[in-house]
Amino acid sequence: MKEENIEIRWHGRGGQGTITAARIVAKAALRVGYTGVVMIPSFGTERRGAPVLTSLKISREKIYDLSEIEYPDIVVVLDHLLLDDINVTEGLKEGGILVINTPRSPHDYKYSGVKVATADVTAIAGEVGVTYGLVSSGIIGAFARASSLVGIHILTDVIKEELKERRPEENAQAATITYERTICSEVD
Amino acid sequence: MQIIESGNVAAALGVKLARAQVIAAFPITPQTPLTEKLSELIESGEMKAEYIPVESEHSALSVCIGAATAGARTFTATSANGLLYMHEQLHWAAGARLPIVMCVVNRGVGAPWNVWNDHQDSISQRDTGWIQIYVNDHQQIIDTVIKAFCIAEKVNIPVMVCYDGYILSHTYMPFYLPDQELVDCFLPPHKSVYALDPEDPRNINTVTLPEARVNVHGVLAHGYMELRYLLQEDLRKSIHTIAEVEERYSEVFNREGGAYLEEYRCRDASYIAVSMGSLSFQLRVAVDALREKGIRIGVAGVRLYRPFPDKAISNALSHANGIIVFEKGMSYGYMGPLASDIKSALYGNVNGNRKLPFVHNYILGLGGRNIRTRDLIDALRNSCKEGESTHMSDTLKWSGLKI
Repeated sequence: MKEENIEIRWHGRGGQGTITAARIVAKAALRVGYTGVVMIPSFGTERRGAPVLTSLKISREKIYDLSEIEYPDIVVVLDHLLLDDINVTEGLKEGGILVINTPRSPHDYKYSGVKVATADVTAIAGEVGVTYGLVSSGIIGAFARASSLVGIHILTDVIKEELKERRPEENAQAATITYERTICSEVD
Repeated sequence: MQIIESGNVAAALGVKLARAQVIAAFPITPQTPLTEKLSELIESGEMKAEYIPVESEHSALSVCIGAATAGARTFTATSANGLLYMHEQLHWAAGARLPIVMCVVNRGVGAPWNVWNDHQDSISQRDTGWIQIYVNDHQQIIDTVIKAFCIAEKVNIPVMVCYDGYILSHTYMPFYLPDQELVDCFLPPHKSVYALDPEDPRNINTVTLPEARVNVHGVLAHGYMELRYLLQEDLRKSIHTIAEVEERYSEVFNREGGAYLEEYRCRDASYIAVSMGSLSFQLRVAVDALREKGIRIGVAGVRLYRPFPDKAISNALSHANGIIVFEKGMSYGYMGPLASDIKSALYGNVNGNRKLPFVHNYILGLGGRNIRTRDLIDALRNSCKEGESTHMSDTLKWSGLKI
């Protein structure tokens, strides 16, 4: 296993844009030179509102293992209410990052050995005129801020391309504003 | 140009590049996005083809049989119970020697109902006379779809391109899009030798009697048994054709690949893991981990399953002490079909007193059961250890079973 593999698990609800968000980050990662990028959605019995998850693996080399992520470096949660139902930090590595769409501050969350980043993506999306409930673009901003893995400008470029028929400017703006407003805690 | 798309889109783009002329398919999970993409491409005019909507998979393949008989380049795709609903027509397409290409997006077969990945659907159709190729990633999906038309049209035998449902069909990864001009050069328009022609009417696939009989010209024509013999002969000969097509493709598109099997760290290996589909790539990660522990192990991914390239497989494996076969399909009541085929291939390589390698067989991942790399490592380590010390029984083993 290569050390430079970065594994990101995304938790959301059907209809929020979880897979769209992970796909946009995958495309941006390829663009900045990660030639090994795979985004593996875990399919259950999806329907709107039900919990969904997808695995995104990023590496400088081709990825041969398409199994579910067990020990993520980063966990992204598109709806903070999922924290009540699902153990989202399961397997999260020591010193890993937890990104949450929530109106609360990172200090309200007690996860030891984890850096917590929060932003009220739902509210920001509403402010800039993204369809209510769609948080795929905004969460990318929070992810970019917390991880510094891919630059925000490349991410907003890919957002505009991928969502060109679904309010591209508003979605790019949601990502940029969320990027600016994301608050990160240090590792507790 | 490198793009990131799903495996189903990779397949659809391959069909477009191959300039398929007639497509008939019925949607079924996890194949649906492939046929949706093709219908979008045709509807928007990006692809010039006839998309014929049908009410079932049986009809989908029947339409392809009709179109291929008329000389068109035809494509269909399905999964699981949809493939089984085609079963009768699978035999017909092969017996009628029609160069149809079909993607099988591998999925478990009910009952009980299941939409996730294993190989039982296509494995259970291995004896229908089709060529079966299994692929490991999106690059191989798009490349193999293009090659499949070339192979099918050269040998007049239909080809199934099999790829893992969800694990490949719904996963996004980068792959290179072959250049249309190069594809056109590699795969010229199809010219069928036996195409229907109103100017030259004839009966095709009429009733044959047990004995061969003379045709209208007074010449002794092939009967059923002769035609079936020729299907077998031509399938065996196609093993060479498939390698030639592979070689030409890798020359034109500058891509390395094995027509029969893909070997990874096998040259000096005492133990070789064998599998088909994306699992054979995952096994590379397990092999790397075990190599770091000093175990001389490699993995061979079988690409061509029917016709079975027995000589190539036996040559690649017979030098090892042990072979560990991982399968997502069963021949219920016996063992994994690939393990059984490998044992049979090794028998042909018996020479003198040389001891044949042991063959262990693991069944795993049925109905989409998650396959963890660390479980693969454990299974391989156990097989290497036990195979070394004792005559470990070669009874079937299951990995990931919770019973």
